[in-house]
Amino acid sequence: MTDSVQTNLLDASDISIQQINNTLGVLTQHDIDFADLYFQSSQHEAWVLEDGIIKNGSYNIERGVGVRAISGEKTGFAYSDDINATALLDAAKAARSIADHTDVTTPIVKPFKTVQNDMKYMANNPLLAMAEAEKIAILKATDSYIRGQAPNASQVSVSLTGVYEEIMVIGTDGTWATDIRPLIRLNCSVLLEEGERRERGGAGAGGRYAYSFFQSDVNGIPFYQSLADEALHMARVNMEAVAAPAGNMPVVLGAGWPGVLLHEAVGHGLEGDFNRKGASTFSGRIGEQVAAKGVTVVDDGTMADRRGSLTIDDEGTPSQYNVLIEDGILKGYMQDKHNAALMGVAPTGNGRRESYSHLPMPRMTNTYMLNGEHSQEEMFASIKQGVYAPNFGGGQVDITSGKFVFSTSEAYLIEDGKVTTPIKGATLIGNGPEVMGKISMIGNDLALDRGVGVCGKDGQSLPVGVGQPSLKVDEITVGGTA
Amino acid sequence: MQMKQQLQDIQDAVAEVLALAKAKGATEAEASMSKVQGIAVSARMQEVETVEFTNDGGLGISLYVGNKKGSASTADLSHAALELTVSKAIEIAKYTEEDPCNGIADKALLATDIPDCDLYHPEELDTQAGLALALAAEKYALDADTRVTNSDGASYNANIGCRVYGNSHGFLAGYPSSRYSLSCVVIGQDGDDMQRDYAYTVDRKANRLLSAESIGKEAAAQAVARLGAEKVNTGKYPVIFDKQIASSIFGHLVSAISGGSLYRKSSFLLNSIDTQILPHWLTIQEQPHLPQALASTPFDHEGVATIDRTIVEQGILGLYLMTTYSGRKMGLPSTGHAGGVHNWQVSTTHTDQAALLKEMGTGVLVTELMGQGVNGVTGDYSRGAAGYWVENGVIQYPISEFTIASNLKDMFMNIVGISADIETRGSVFTGSLLISEMQIAGE
Repeated sequence: MTDSVQTNLLDASDISIQQINNTLGVLTQHDIDFADLYFQSSQHEAWVLEDGIIKNGSYNIERGVGVRAISGEKTGFAYSDDINATALLDAAKAARSIADHTDVTTPIVKPFKTVQNDMKYMANNPLLAMAEAEKIAILKATDSYIRGQAPNASQVSVSLTGVYEEIMVIGTDGTWATDIRPLIRLNCSVLLEEGERRERGGAGAGGRYAYSFFQSDVNGIPFYQSLADEALHMARVNMEAVAAPAGNMPVVLGAGWPGVLLHEAVGHGLEGDFNRKGASTFSGRIGEQVAAKGVTVVDDGTMADRRGSLTIDDEGTPSQYNVLIEDGILKGYMQDKHNAALMGVAPTGNGRRESYSHLPMPRMTNTYMLNGEHSQEEMFASIKQGVYAPNFGGGQVDITSGKFVFSTSEAYLIEDGKVTTPIKGATLIGNGPEVMGKISMIGNDLALDRGVGVCGKDGQSLPVGVGQPSLKVDEITVGGTA
Repeated sequence: MQMKQQLQDIQDAVAEVLALAKAKGATEAEASMSKVQGIAVSARMQEVETVEFTNDGGLGISLYVGNKKGSASTADLSHAALELTVSKAIEIAKYTEEDPCNGIADKALLATDIPDCDLYHPEELDTQAGLALALAAEKYALDADTRVTNSDGASYNANIGCRVYGNSHGFLAGYPSSRYSLSCVVIGQDGDDMQRDYAYTVDRKANRLLSAESIGKEAAAQAVARLGAEKVNTGKYPVIFDKQIASSIFGHLVSAISGGSLYRKSSFLLNSIDTQILPHWLTIQEQPHLPQALASTPFDHEGVATIDRTIVEQGILGLYLMTTYSGRKMGLPSTGHAGGVHNWQVSTTHTDQAALLKEMGTGVLVTELMGQGVNGVTGDYSRGAAGYWVENGVIQYPISEFTIASNLKDMFMNIVGISADIETRGSVFTGSLLISEMQIAGE
């Protein structure tokens, strides 16, 4: 861990260790179990190309501190968009109002211990690591590549975004932790026109690394070209698409981003807060069969450079490789400190928050299913009438009833064991545990998504990863029109 | 009073930022700044759960050096941060390219007198009073039915703030507003079957919120009503969108007739002005200055005057929604729609939902939509849903885990009725809406 974060967040704001101790002391004058301070500073930039020109650029800065106090199941929270000693103290006084004043003089603040963990990504600022002219060159090259490949493109847009964030967590449990989190993303979108018909294709990728990643070689071509090819492919496939079927049928899901299935069907339902409250369809089911045999699902914050990866979570807990479901059996939930303490288990490195002005909650990192042994060909061959869906848009889940949806953005009919005609986008709907029980073949081609996942919960958005090998689901409802 | 001073301070800050932009070389500039203070409190299972003190603010600036644009924003409102924000925007404009459509709004379209939409009704931010309301709402829900066994909590939010917009034509105006809400989410249980549902009330005036009793009882009734849901057979049926979700249909219309989608050719309603896109009986009026309404605004995000307009008359589309930029791309003036639409009033045909159910006879009443399966380019529509099976105009039993699909062009033309018991908690005021036929995929 670097001390530069402490220098930038505390020293630069004239916050001394003494003032930190004072603040924690003020908090613990009330009857609280735990309190923490979360300092954050972030820079965000975006460059947008449209109509062949660099149309806009934007830059956002955010800096602030959030103070949280916990007493039993109760949480008090306040924050300030200005880091200074007075604001910190005011926030502490507001947050501690969740509990009554106490005369117990024994300080509950434990001696600080710096949290150590191997860094899962670089500590550099991607915004500064590349000159503006070179960032723009990536957008221009992507645009001209697409226009060269598709003269019938009526719209091409490309955007490049980067975030550099420093965070620091100090807790009454002795937590003293800092992290530097870069995050970049490249997106492209193309609209093709043929006669009266118009179809869009899009692709995006990113992770916790430098922009130069987008220039790097992938199988002999620059990465941005492979991304553009993906967008063009989607638009071209959709140009030929016919109405999707309606009803229950077998579906083969592709590897990678279709792992959004796991995120919705099981991921959210295994977050600790819902399970502590008994609000999830998975509540109280540890040790039970909740998916077909062979299904192993993990949440892994430790993967190098991934969009959903964390060196430490937003409570200073080192990220972990957590097995959620093993061979179909429910093994554990994802926890933050508060829910872990109330459920009598250890935090799992899943305590995350959108910013200093939001409270942490149990959230996913990179959620994926481990490999099985089947090939896609075996899956197709086993199906007479069905759907093959290699790409999806977003999804949503009702964790209480277990119902979830996700929508295809590229899909095909399977007829007599063969992938045939492309079909239009359709929403798939099912019940999490039921669909997980209907997985009959697991592929040997595990892939993670390209780094575009955004997860929303209680109004807070966070970057996440998803992944899976190809899967055959024996039956799920396909919401087409034919 | 205090707010007057705060508004003045923010206007001064915006003026300073605009002056700074000019000094640093911007030929045109616009900036907006907001500051909102609030509380968010929640209770769960009759215990206090969270007490949050919120204090959000931000400044956003877009400036132009000739026809080149740069934007920057900050949540940190210190003088140093404001200065850095302006410098960053100037820096960015060195790298963006000339676009003749760029620039702030035409001076002639800016609001000249600022109508008072009566949006500001301050109350003391009292966490104890808020908690009392949340606790009461949840208690009514838990006591309403023995099958309400669990709760995801009830919460009360209060926000008071102001927004200021200024640009280099000399426009500088702001207004304060308030917003209060009470919501409750409970879980009904019957054996292994668990269903959640919610109810909420939101208003500019705290004393006009619905009572804790009505919110608690509504949440309980809705959660319990969903228990024992069955599946529905795959087929084509008429569909009623409950008023709580019917506005989403008009939300898709808003996207399709917005300048940003149109100039990008990413809409299924290109070249549709003066054509029939909705049934002949359907008219949509926009009233941006409706007193105390949630989507009222005296001017749009670019300072352009908002005015009463007819969007659709007797099914004929009369207006595309333009911002300054999209308007210039299309050779049209801004219509004051930077930032969205303002209080659309959709015409109605039936007295209430019961009358609409009768009109439908047998079909599906949808009360919840899931997922994002809407393609704005083609209008193709496929979403997850839950609701009720209806026979002979009477609700029979809850249904879930099905999809509804069609194309929005057809859905618009196939609207056969809208009930007069309208939903007013969003930017589109509409009742429940009956579409003559959609494809349902279920069992």
